[in-house]
Amino acid sequence: MSRVGDRARLEARVAKKSFRTASGQSVPVIADLSFALEEGETGALIGPSGCGKSTLMRILAGLDRDFEGAVHLPERGRVGMVFQEPRLLPWRSVEDNLRLAAPEASEAETAALFAALGLSEHRAHFPGELSIGLARRAALARAFAVRPTLLLLDEPFVSLDAPLARQLQRDLARLVESRGMTAVLVTHDVDEAIALADRIFVLSPRPAHVVGEIKVKNPRAAMSAEESQAVATRIEALRDAE
Amino acid sequence: MALRLISLLALVVLWQVAAHFANPRLLPGPLVVFATMKSEAASGALFAALGITLARVAAAFVLAMAAGTAIGYAMGRSALFDRAADPWIIVLLNLPALVIIVLAYIWVGLNEAAAIGAVALNKLPVTVVTIREGVRALDAKLDEMARVFGFSRTKRLVHVVAPQLAPYFAAATRAGLSLVWKIVLVVELMGRPNGVGFEINTAFQLFDVPLLLAYALPFTAIMLIIEMLMVQPFERHVSRWRPRAA
Repeated sequence: MSRVGDRARLEARVAKKSFRTASGQSVPVIADLSFALEEGETGALIGPSGCGKSTLMRILAGLDRDFEGAVHLPERGRVGMVFQEPRLLPWRSVEDNLRLAAPEASEAETAALFAALGLSEHRAHFPGELSIGLARRAALARAFAVRPTLLLLDEPFVSLDAPLARQLQRDLARLVESRGMTAVLVTHDVDEAIALADRIFVLSPRPAHVVGEIKVKNPRAAMSAEESQAVATRIEALRDAE
Repeated sequence: MALRLISLLALVVLWQVAAHFANPRLLPGPLVVFATMKSEAASGALFAALGITLARVAAAFVLAMAAGTAIGYAMGRSALFDRAADPWIIVLLNLPALVIIVLAYIWVGLNEAAAIGAVALNKLPVTVVTIREGVRALDAKLDEMARVFGFSRTKRLVHVVAPQLAPYFAAATRAGLSLVWKIVLVVELMGRPNGVGFEINTAFQLFDVPLLLAYALPFTAIMLIIEMLMVQPFERHVSRWRPRAA
């Protein structure tokens, strides 16, 4: 089906993915969607809610194999994922949650991760004792602890208040850049996409396909307000064209 | 704890008051029953009966919990197996305990295997149904998380599935212990030459109410202690991660 390119690339080609409704009808969710990321790049998938972004993430994560097409993960694909909800095991401490996912992570590594995400004092806490912001940090720490070659982020900051989301975005950007991994971010927040991604893929409403790809100037930190405004305008234009 | 003791004490006082007004042959007071208990204990008969009955309770309970958990888990996981086995479970649930016991004694014989098997079979469907409910309530999102992060089968069972099933297991244990020991007494009464049930039958033949209570009460006390020292601490342990309500 798909051509085998550079093994380090992430390539996803979903020709068709549909769901069967209770009445037996087949509803297409994704049609002819393809995108690729070079090693170490962060890509953002941005699109209207319900367009099939989360379905696409489940396909990338290997949770859903019932589709037509092919996905090539970066070599020796070790996947770390942050779901829309933290999905921590409530009966294990923050530290145990991390160790269960990444048993081979060294003590120094986990300590550094906890420190980078402001979790050092919360290692022994159970997830139920954390605020939602801290729980999301713990979910991020777990995803990084497995030293992923592919990091999947499914609206990781949804339902957080804006200042907290910005803070976590900064922490996340630092970690992704310092550790060099390929990452896919699903979001409906244009600013979040510009702040984190090297490439932005704008998706159509259901059934989803890529309507446009925008390369964001690197390094992003050097980007002026006008430049990021220009990117945002292009994204809006692509969305409106649909 | 203090409240529980006071509540138990109130029951004893109520008993004493009732005995004061009733025919002493029908309802002897606590002191009379206690004296009977002491003499039965001194002869060793009480402990022998308690021991053998407790052993039967333990055997039937472990058997029913092990098989019931395995079957309930399989039924919760597989829709096909659930549909196939469900009618059997409904039949077992609605078959009177007495019928199972009588049939077991007729088909297998008046022996220990028939007695314990009959009790386990009575308890089995309740365990199956409880554990099946627990398996159906398993969080699919945590299961996905475990798959993405490559948890092994054992790791998933121990750290993801078992903690979610623990409350259901505790509920099945609690409901099961009381059910099992009640049925064990019936089984002993009908076809065993020893145990608390057998002694109660003897007391019934002699119309000896103090003797009947002297055997029944210590056993009830033992079950209460097991509940308080084993079942409740287990429940507390498995729910220690839940934020406590203020």
